[in-house]
Amino acid sequence: MFNRLPEAQQALALAPVVVTINGETVRCRAGDSVAAALLAAGLNECRDTAVKDLPRGPFCLMGICYDCLVMIDDQPNQQGCMIPVRSGMKIERQQGAREVQA
Amino acid sequence: MTEHAHTAPVIIIGGGLHGSSTALHLARAGVHALVLEKNYIARHASGVNAGGVRTLSRHLAEVPLSLASREIWLKIRDWVDDDCGFDQNGQMRVAEDEADVATLRTRLQTMHEHGYTHEEWIDADEVRAIVPAITPSIQGGLIVRADGSADPYRTTRAFRFKAQSLGARVIEGIQVLHLQRSAGQWQVQTDQGLFTAPILVNCAGAWADKIAAQMGEPVPLDPVGPMMLVTTAMPHFLDPVVLGTGRPLSFKQRANGTVLIGGGRLAYVDRERDWSELDFRQLAQGARTVCDLFPHMKQSVISRGWAGIEAQMPDGIPVIGPSSTEQDLYHAFGFSAHGFQMGPIVGKITSDLITTGQTALPITPFSIARFQTGAPSLTQEHFHG
Amino acid sequence: MIATTHCELLVVGAGPAGLAAATTAAQHGVATILLDEQAAPGGQIYRAMTSTPILDRKILGEDYWHGESLLEPFKQSGAQYLPGATVWAVAQMTVADATQGFEVGYSVGGEARMLHAKQIVLATGAQERPFPIPGWTLPGVMTAGAAQVLLKSSGLVPGKGTILAGCGPLLYLIAWQYLNAGIKVDALLDTTPPGRLGKALRHAWGFLTSPYLVKGLKLLREVKAQVRIVKGVTALEALPGDAQKGHAQERNAQNNQALQSVRFTAGGRTETLAATQLLLHQGVIPNINLAQAVGVEQQWNELLLCWEPKVDSWGGTNVPGVSIAGDGGGIAGAWAAEHRGRLSALQVAHQLGKLTAAQRDAASAAPRAAFMRAVQGREFFDTLYQAPEQFRLPTGDTIVCRCEEITAAQVRETVSLGCPGPNQMKSFLRCGMGPCQGRFCSVTVTELIAQERNVTPQEVGHYRLRFPTKPLTLGELAALPQTDDSKKAVIRLKKPV
Repeated sequence: MFNRLPEAQQALALAPVVVTINGETVRCRAGDSVAAALLAAGLNECRDTAVKDLPRGPFCLMGICYDCLVMIDDQPNQQGCMIPVRSGMKIERQQGAREVQA
Repeated sequence: MTEHAHTAPVIIIGGGLHGSSTALHLARAGVHALVLEKNYIARHASGVNAGGVRTLSRHLAEVPLSLASREIWLKIRDWVDDDCGFDQNGQMRVAEDEADVATLRTRLQTMHEHGYTHEEWIDADEVRAIVPAITPSIQGGLIVRADGSADPYRTTRAFRFKAQSLGARVIEGIQVLHLQRSAGQWQVQTDQGLFTAPILVNCAGAWADKIAAQMGEPVPLDPVGPMMLVTTAMPHFLDPVVLGTGRPLSFKQRANGTVLIGGGRLAYVDRERDWSELDFRQLAQGARTVCDLFPHMKQSVISRGWAGIEAQMPDGIPVIGPSSTEQDLYHAFGFSAHGFQMGPIVGKITSDLITTGQTALPITPFSIARFQTGAPSLTQEHFHG
Repeated sequence: MIATTHCELLVVGAGPAGLAAATTAAQHGVATILLDEQAAPGGQIYRAMTSTPILDRKILGEDYWHGESLLEPFKQSGAQYLPGATVWAVAQMTVADATQGFEVGYSVGGEARMLHAKQIVLATGAQERPFPIPGWTLPGVMTAGAAQVLLKSSGLVPGKGTILAGCGPLLYLIAWQYLNAGIKVDALLDTTPPGRLGKALRHAWGFLTSPYLVKGLKLLREVKAQVRIVKGVTALEALPGDAQKGHAQERNAQNNQALQSVRFTAGGRTETLAATQLLLHQGVIPNINLAQAVGVEQQWNELLLCWEPKVDSWGGTNVPGVSIAGDGGGIAGAWAAEHRGRLSALQVAHQLGKLTAAQRDAASAAPRAAFMRAVQGREFFDTLYQAPEQFRLPTGDTIVCRCEEITAAQVRETVSLGCPGPNQMKSFLRCGMGPCQGRFCSVTVTELIAQERNVTPQEVGHYRLRFPTKPLTLGELAALPQTDDSKKAVIRLKKPV
């Protein structure tokens, strides 16, 4: 679980960015990465691996581990830590190789 | 580390698939060859190709060899104690437009005229039934259902280790510097000393022309780097390997879900430094082909690209058979980006030539002599591999 | 049609080295683009300095805010800035006119583009060293650097059950920053081996006269006073339990396993602590992928136990036209990075004919002296905080390749199956073939093979890396322009604001 410092909480309250995470509405701070928004919402896992179907969450937060892959607006393989949240964004867990093809 | 005896009944230069296959077949015949490999086994083309195990779309001259090789592939585990990741999900060459259809129909006719029935025309409906993810505008294709693909690195390793288990020897990281024949023996000067053998086999891939030149039978070999891309794992959507007709493409999904994209577009290579540089504009063209044929691939993620260093011959077929200038020297190189499937049989051909002086398979079109001035030019029917 | 942009110098990475390099180059008349994959400048060490919600400067500390001093000179220099851009390829021989420099493939917002540069300075910095302990892939386990990013970029701090583990000053820095923000972690598990201080003290003179000393000691004292510190940790495991409840959706996954506790051994005693967050750190290593893919030779650094590019005193490499500035060329820290950036830029300016050798030498005197001061004391640190062997050389089921889920036992066993090098290992086991492209397993695999074969890491070698150095979609690649006669936009220096 990650919590906001007061300054950051104030910024969020003033101008929240509203997204959905796995169907639930979540308010984030403008400028948060998707990975940060997930962690702030109490989620430390975001996908299941392709080989052994094990859960993974954000690990390095600097764009090189590729563990923070999520579905964003129905697009798979999005690096959560490199993409800022946007109003109306749909964020969903990525289901490894069991992902259903459109 | 055992001492390397510096003599052997046969020395094979080059530890790719063809060198390893030759070593295996010789070992089965009780001849314990020594393979000299300058990097490590399967370092170059043999380890990084698309792994296509196809009889489909072979150059006419290669068809009998390819069909014979398939018999080995079907029982590969018996030969090398490893299934080599061989999947028999078919290979299909698709027609995007009417011109492609005409090309494939002509090809089929040629096959039939020569008595070959392994290639089969399938119409658009059947293509879509076999490959539902393909663009609906596909016009049809040629298929060989008994073809498939395998893991090139694993296959080459399997041949190498089986050969060694039967008495062949392998030295890696050794560079051949100079070759000389004297008193019925080949003197192979390397950076680790002198090795001698009565019989020599040139399986040196993209460097084989250097040996041929030393033997006074130069060949117009072009070192090339066919490029490959591979994606991250995707849900299963493809069984057969798909090849293009009018534009180059080789497209396959492996058992682990990753998708291999090839087709023969070329990188820059420097064979002296074992260095390649991918040409991204060329790769972009290949990417467009894939996205046109398989629209859902736009979202696929490319995680790696590479290019091996391969030997391209101007007529697109390899050099196989005895030297034209020297006794007790045999060549097996120049596979022009489609040598993988033929690896098992070519090793047998070379081994048979060495142990019995002959082979049952028609190898005249592959003679090194064809590059010499005054040699009759053979009628070719060349299809993009 | 996507235009191809031309410049004289491309600087990749907007951390201290890149910012300083781009600034200096532009100041000397070099038409420069600074390209960076983050949305704002600062790299990792000064991450989010222009956008952090943490306005109370005492929380992050003055070393962090020093980064600001690099911004205004950069803005005034006339260099162009291209944020949110990820480089995935650098071509030299396949460029239309091979004598003219490099063609660089990069993506912005999912759209691939090319740009052309006569010279490149790679300032891609450092990454966290892999820390392969049992359970290090569990949700809830992150790097300490990741926690810093969350703090700086989003003002997020970890909640209950947070443990820091590993070795190196960054752990203490982040504990200190958290204390400043009113957060106390449950424990800091320090894996620095006892007796290591004695070994490091041989280099103490450099350290005692270095600027790091006073700051370091003060910070250490404050942390020790308030946070439980366990020294001499020799074993460490992240243990799983049920996935945490929260905003979890219905999942089909069989294994709902996330971090639940951390078990460690110190001074012969083993203890288990409940944990929701485990933040790992055992030093940083250069991010070598781009350098290696473009052909820069690497060497194994025996003290820092990592691969680093071979660079000369200007950051020049064996690839003409490619130089490296900052930690990407060997770890020397943030203060050193900006001076190295300036030195690289001066050499580039000279090579492009903007400065004579004498002018270059005169201008480089100050940054070189500053660089020497900045690296004083590093050998002490590097010796003291060298990652211990058991945390670099895992065994058994501990994951080595996170992407492909390959274990240490598999890697070790495969050596004896006839894979004596990382590239054979890669072909056989698939380790290193995932999207991180070996960033989190390369040093581990090299050292494991070296240990199994009883040879040096230098002899074992490293993964052969090729472009793309960052994944891109097939659709992005497909949209690249076909030919070079797309419109050419020539980068000129911007007029100062």
